[in-house]
Amino acid sequence: MDWPVLSILIFQPLIGALFVCLVRGDKELVATNVKAVGLWSTGITFLLACFLWTQFDATVSDFQFLEEKAWIPSLGISYSLGTDGISIIYIVLTSFLSFICILSSWEVITDRVREYMIGFLLLETMILGAFCALDTVLFYMFFEGLLIPMFIIIGIWGGPGRVRATLKFFLYTLAGSVLFLVAILLLYLEAESSSIPTLMRSEFPFNFQIWVWLLVFASFAVKIPMWPFHTWLPEAHVEAPTAGSVILAGVLLKLGGYGFIRFSLPMFPDATAYFTPFVFILSVIAIIYTSLVALVQEDMKKLIAYSSVAHMGFVTIGLFSLTIQGVEGALFIMLSHGLVSAALFLSVGVLYDRTHSRLIKEFGGLVDKMPVYAFAFMVFSLAAIGLPGTSGFVGEMLVLVGVFPISVWTAVFAGSGVILGAAYMLWLYKRVIFGDNNTENTSILSDLGVRERCMFLPLVVAILLIGVYPKPVLNTMHLSVEKLLLLSQPTVQTKSFSQVK
Amino acid sequence: MDISADILQLLPEILLTGGLLILLVFGAFRGEAAEPGVNRLVIALLAVVAILVITRDSEKVKLFSDLLVLDSYGRFTQTLIIFSVIVTLLMSIAYRKASHLMQSEYPILIGFATLGMLLMVSANDLMSLYLAIELQSLSLYTLAAFDRNSERSSEAGLKFFVLGALSSGLLLYGCSFIYGAVGSTSFEVIAAAIAISDAGLSPFLFGLVLVCCGLAFKVSAVPFHMWTPDVYEGSPTTTTMFFSVAPKIAALSLLMRLLLEAFPDAINQWQQIIWFLAIASMIVGSLLAVRQNNIKRLMAYSTIAHVGYVLMGIGVGSEFAITNVLIYLSVYLVLVVGTFGCILAAKVNNLHLEKISDFSGIGRSQPIFSLAFAIMLLGLAGIPPMAGFFAKFYLFIAILRAEMYWLVLIAVLSTVVGAYYYLRIIKVMYFDEPKQELDQLTNPELNIIIGASSMVTLFFFVNHSIIVNRATRAAGSLFN
Repeated sequence: MDWPVLSILIFQPLIGALFVCLVRGDKELVATNVKAVGLWSTGITFLLACFLWTQFDATVSDFQFLEEKAWIPSLGISYSLGTDGISIIYIVLTSFLSFICILSSWEVITDRVREYMIGFLLLETMILGAFCALDTVLFYMFFEGLLIPMFIIIGIWGGPGRVRATLKFFLYTLAGSVLFLVAILLLYLEAESSSIPTLMRSEFPFNFQIWVWLLVFASFAVKIPMWPFHTWLPEAHVEAPTAGSVILAGVLLKLGGYGFIRFSLPMFPDATAYFTPFVFILSVIAIIYTSLVALVQEDMKKLIAYSSVAHMGFVTIGLFSLTIQGVEGALFIMLSHGLVSAALFLSVGVLYDRTHSRLIKEFGGLVDKMPVYAFAFMVFSLAAIGLPGTSGFVGEMLVLVGVFPISVWTAVFAGSGVILGAAYMLWLYKRVIFGDNNTENTSILSDLGVRERCMFLPLVVAILLIGVYPKPVLNTMHLSVEKLLLLSQPTVQTKSFSQVK
Repeated sequence: MDISADILQLLPEILLTGGLLILLVFGAFRGEAAEPGVNRLVIALLAVVAILVITRDSEKVKLFSDLLVLDSYGRFTQTLIIFSVIVTLLMSIAYRKASHLMQSEYPILIGFATLGMLLMVSANDLMSLYLAIELQSLSLYTLAAFDRNSERSSEAGLKFFVLGALSSGLLLYGCSFIYGAVGSTSFEVIAAAIAISDAGLSPFLFGLVLVCCGLAFKVSAVPFHMWTPDVYEGSPTTTTMFFSVAPKIAALSLLMRLLLEAFPDAINQWQQIIWFLAIASMIVGSLLAVRQNNIKRLMAYSTIAHVGYVLMGIGVGSEFAITNVLIYLSVYLVLVVGTFGCILAAKVNNLHLEKISDFSGIGRSQPIFSLAFAIMLLGLAGIPPMAGFFAKFYLFIAILRAEMYWLVLIAVLSTVVGAYYYLRIIKVMYFDEPKQELDQLTNPELNIIIGASSMVTLFFFVNHSIIVNRATRAAGSLFN
């Protein structure tokens, strides 16, 4: 294929943004047209991404749809793009969620619609770029550049504490990112290359690996986020507009996991082996601690935000187990969590649009007023718990299977997180959907409209479909994961962190 | 010795001197009516000088018994200086009209300061160095105090003068020590003498420290930065803008040439001084900028922080590092010009805004202007894909290549602090409720400059090999 398909995919939302700039007319007209442009633009991107997935050759483990152009010739840095079985999944996820986001903000955003759409389209470009980039500098540019639109989205359209939340989000992530930049530069100087495939094949001395691993870890641990670097997340989620939370939880967190898999595992296998127990400990704490914290939340968004941290704990455990089941499970959880957390935030958004409240205690007995909503919310909650038949189950099971031979205690503690997860989700469901109609809020509640049904239906279908039949997803990533694990085997018999102690 | 050939080589500078003198007389006779004619003529004169400088032969020549040197390093930095001065003059007219500063001496003083700076970067002898610095500084003192009716401006001028004179004294004192130790003021002779004696001459080291202190004043590096915020705040805004670009570039370029051509073998000695200045400037500049409410003071501290980054690169002292310092300076020029363009353009009822809170909510009423301003600020903060990111990127590579890991760690962390205060302005513009509406932006020069600099900042990532190539050549000429 001669077309630069990935560039088209990445910059197609940006072209949409340009059209958004060109829309003229009075305020009403602009708002309608701008939304239409946004919807079309993200829709086309989604179709393109699906098309790419169909064209993707899962029988080859190499990067595909390669593009390469000299970019900074003096340093040998190039504009190179490509996807493998891992990134293609998140490309589809990103374009799908962006589309849903535009749909979800159709009636909610009435102020500065044009800027909002530009922000979202720009954000989509940046995220797609980060998933496609095969050059560390290019990756970094997208990875950090996406902070700008996110900063604006939370800051302008967010809740009352938005300014503090967005600054915290930006600076926290930036602090991690600049350390990652140092890591990129060190890698560049050591290997004389900034190309990700080359770096994945290079071998670095052990001491070097340790330091660079830590720098990379600082960035992605904030992004994913791991305990104790997660404090920006609940705040940013609570204050962000619904669509912002969806993108944040659905895709941005995945960039952290993606970073681990692109950088930490294959480039620094010895350091990874050395730090695995450390990561396991942090992840187990994350799972148990944040699940307990989620249990006592009064704000639904905050509860889901904390549950995200717990789920990401599973992801890091799976990734660092370095077994095929564990890594595939982690990748699957990221996909599933992308759908489920997005769906849950949308569900909260639906309630918030009607009542302007997110407090659990102000709701109750919704099942009578909103039966369709109650059904959709049930599917999402069960998927979040990881009930068999939903997408959540596949990933968690694979991770636990994968980590069990590596560390039994990690598996046991992580498994207890599943129970806690069931506890907070079911309790949330009980309090919001069942129970008494005790507040004045319920009088203004109406069931899902057509637009909202259009928004929820694909999510419900996707969650159930990949839960029952995960094979297409697992097949797509399988060879890439195998190759990755081959690269991630420690070259020397490294003593791990705990053994040294 | 054939002087006439040397004079021909120095044609741009001589043309500038002659032209400025004629314009001075012209302005004196025409009085107030001379403006904005003189301003335009100075711009035209500088444009001619710029063309002459750019087309200069890139071969290294020494003039007037090695007092001055012309090479592609000088050509590069001179181009930056003249370019920034032209832009400053273009933007200054509207501001001066509004602030009743239409005396024709203003552009002429800027012209003489420029002449001083052009000579600074080509100085090859401690004597010519000192004279060039003084020519520049005396013009700058007057420019700071140019708003005679404003107490703050006079205060700024006086402060600047007293501290500047002190630093010039230190510099001269240091030069005399070096002369005493080496017996010559020529850069080559000094370098040769140090190479033999292995920098073990204690009077020489004394002189080196004093010279570094004197120049640190000029570039406003911490702990010699005290004058900067006050002078920046008190001076007329166009002067502030002028101060924060051209003299900084000139003084930093001079510092690089002095350290690398006169004291190449004393690198272990001056490296410590430069790195101390760099670290202190980065930390103090970033931290103190956080609490500023006046945008000019904020820019002063931001300048200090940026000087810190540049000094860090100078401290490495390798050819690669100097290349990247030159790239940084070029990007810095665009960013600061654009930012000050936005500050100069922001007016309410014909009054210029100075408090950060005055900008609240302008993202709503002036979307395009705020976008440009936000791009400039993100550029200064070094967030990709803006130009400022690449400037830092190149610089950090050079420092890591020299294996100064802790230095880079300090630098990246102060970048994060720096991001906070730039973002605070963006926050005020976009997230706060609007208080007042800005005047329409009608000044074409300002609009063009703001537009052009924000475009450069935004699209720098696409291709910037021109600057990289030029800077590589320039740095190369410093090492041969």
